[in-house]
Amino acid sequence: MHRIHILIAMDAHTIAQGAHSVKDELQRELSLAALTDEVRVVETGSLGIYNKGVVLVVFPDAVYYAGVKVEDVSEIISEHLIKGRIVERLQYADIPETKEEEGKAPRFGKQVRVVLKNAGIIDPDNIEEYIAHDGYEAMGKALTEMKPEDVINTVKESGLQGRGGAFFPTGMKWEFAAREKSEEKYIICNADEGEPGTFKDRLILEGDPHAVIEGMALTGYAVGANKGFVYIRGEYKMSINRMQKAIDQAREHGLLGKNIFNSSFSFDLEIREGAGAYICGEETALIESIEGKRGEPRDKPPFPPSVGLWGKPTIVNNVETLANLPQIISKGAAWYKSNGTEKSPGTKVFTMVGNIKNPGLIEVPMGITLREIIYEVGQGIPDGKGFLLAQMGGTTGGILTSEHLDLPMTVENLREIGAGLGSGALLVVDDSQDVVDLVKNFVEFFNHESCGKCTLCREGTGRLLELLEKLTDGRGELKDVDLIEDLAKVMMKGAFCGLGQAAPVPILGCLRYFRGEFEKYVKKPQVAQAAVA
Amino acid sequence: MQDLGKVDEIVKSYKETKTPLIYILKDVQKEFGCLSDKILTRVAKTTKIPLSEIYGVATFYSLFTTVKKGKYIIRCCNNAPCHVKGSKEVLDRIKEYLGLEMNETTPDNLFTLEFTSCLGLCAVAPVMMINDEVYGNLTPEKAVAILKDYKMKGQANA
Amino acid sequence: MKTLADLRAIKEKAKQDMASREKTAKYRIIVSMGTCGIAAGARATMSAIIDELNKRNIKDAIVTQTGCLGYCDQEPMIQISQASKQTITYGKVTPEIAREIINGHVVNDKVLTNYVFNLS
Repeated sequence: MHRIHILIAMDAHTIAQGAHSVKDELQRELSLAALTDEVRVVETGSLGIYNKGVVLVVFPDAVYYAGVKVEDVSEIISEHLIKGRIVERLQYADIPETKEEEGKAPRFGKQVRVVLKNAGIIDPDNIEEYIAHDGYEAMGKALTEMKPEDVINTVKESGLQGRGGAFFPTGMKWEFAAREKSEEKYIICNADEGEPGTFKDRLILEGDPHAVIEGMALTGYAVGANKGFVYIRGEYKMSINRMQKAIDQAREHGLLGKNIFNSSFSFDLEIREGAGAYICGEETALIESIEGKRGEPRDKPPFPPSVGLWGKPTIVNNVETLANLPQIISKGAAWYKSNGTEKSPGTKVFTMVGNIKNPGLIEVPMGITLREIIYEVGQGIPDGKGFLLAQMGGTTGGILTSEHLDLPMTVENLREIGAGLGSGALLVVDDSQDVVDLVKNFVEFFNHESCGKCTLCREGTGRLLELLEKLTDGRGELKDVDLIEDLAKVMMKGAFCGLGQAAPVPILGCLRYFRGEFEKYVKKPQVAQAAVA
Repeated sequence: MQDLGKVDEIVKSYKETKTPLIYILKDVQKEFGCLSDKILTRVAKTTKIPLSEIYGVATFYSLFTTVKKGKYIIRCCNNAPCHVKGSKEVLDRIKEYLGLEMNETTPDNLFTLEFTSCLGLCAVAPVMMINDEVYGNLTPEKAVAILKDYKMKGQANA
Repeated sequence: MKTLADLRAIKEKAKQDMASREKTAKYRIIVSMGTCGIAAGARATMSAIIDELNKRNIKDAIVTQTGCLGYCDQEPMIQISQASKQTITYGKVTPEIAREIINGHVVNDKVLTNYVFNLS
């Protein structure tokens, strides 16, 4: 285990100011001082400090140094690392989270790339580029130096929560499966990314597939499973191809297969393609689908860690969750927790879509505000329009309005206002859009994707759509708005699975903040009709 | 005449795979163009899985079809992120250009028009997928231009 | 691969290969080939780059691919890296712009600032 981690910012600014030479010098000096076993130098993306030269952070003390030159390196090592005295003349006290350079709209600046560290950097079809960027180091470390329970403990300590949308503590889930006594256990990577507006998993699978493989192998080692499945939705052709190539390369290099790293651990992977069903993102529906059946959710409990694929203990983890694991194992729990907030540690990948100037994907520490995402990273709303609402977490996500712009985006804060981070998709809607039309679009989606197993969801989504069509056609009455609300509430309470329970969330959210818009359709049908036409 | 022996070959090719029904159906559909009753009956016979169960699976997933579709399947996205970026206008123009409503096929069997679930290309919305190719940043004009290319290509190969 | 030492050996070799690649090839042109890039036309951009390099008989440039950087609205994107110089990222590169960039950046060693996508 490394005692100290030195993070060195590698972004366009710092590289231009000599970050590479400083890193080389650090490594040279560390090996001279025989500290390479204790101290690890880690390249990271921007640390959010600009025009201050090369920037380093020494963990676990979390001391920032800026303007570091090659000639300063030996002093930092002899003073700080060996004697424990901070080199004050280089210390940078203005911590970046509170630091805002004037006149800058930092698109990359607010980002901290952990999961996406290789995305857009390496050639995903070449395993050697992944290895050159510290790939498979964590697996090597785990298999040769750590016991399975050490791996579980590190993940537990890191506080990593599932990135599929439920934010369940990953380490705890693993423990359930590790405890089960079974000859066969399975690891499943949930890559059935279907939540509208979400494409983080696609980007990881296409840009850094080996990180997912390594994460799955680590999971397998921790819980005692020798076989994994990557369930990728059928529409993601490129992800399927890239992942298959990566699996083949990992096998050729002996990183998948029997007795990896000469240990007693064997692990192999197989891709399973989806065939087009949103519901298969729900983990038990996904398992049914791998079993060659209709993807309808199962009764829970028992949960998959006890009874999963083919009745065996099974861990289902999301792509982003898995891609976090290699770095948690190699850099440690403390490093992971240095980002984000206490209850929501780490970074989160968000996709910004809809009426926003710079749509795309960002990775930021947990706790960033909506305003920062929309107006700084996303650079605002185009065509001089105003902000109407945002939907966080895909089409099942909660509705946020201007009153929530300064709320730090954490799991707990969003839960408090009846929303959630969900899949991390942020749909921004400008004030030229019609809320009722938007809600109708949501409901069309749910109506189409409802699997039909339970009555509340199957019938509920259909009746909601009828009521909304009645409104937009100008045939609506005031009591229809109440009926929509009632029905949504009943579905939330009584539907069988997450789909039916979450479908009412955006409907009730829009009703809470924009009830007047619904009522307008009743009061002035002729105006509303003109708007629709 | 359809050579149903192909079904047996496909089923056999998956004998090493546990619960491979979805893969079998995918390959069979690729071979025959659709999953007709006759084909599904043969799958049931060869796999010894009840026909009712196979039919249930074949009609559950949106990438499976029990009727023959056009040479080019146009899958338009109309989920919320595409919706707020004008996917409806694009779709309306496509419908007008091809003279189709949703889930219909042109008389020359060249095009079938469908919705797709979110393709995760929301940053280049609105998007559509034609067979395995994806197209983003669509406008009504751009969409029609793309379809014209396909039409030429399809008619030349006919 | 059987031991950690084997992994490290591959790592060192890969790093050296990458470094020597940078030395022999003066320019490394990296095209973002994620699905979003392709949807925005990256394949045509890639072909134009290869065609232009062939036409001009440029031998000291290599073309490789990478995944999406996350700025999908800027696709098709290309990055041009040179040893010891800062990597330049260009956004919204149509085939025509790609040819211009090859002529300007690779042939004449001039950064075409109007097409540069500034990451910071």
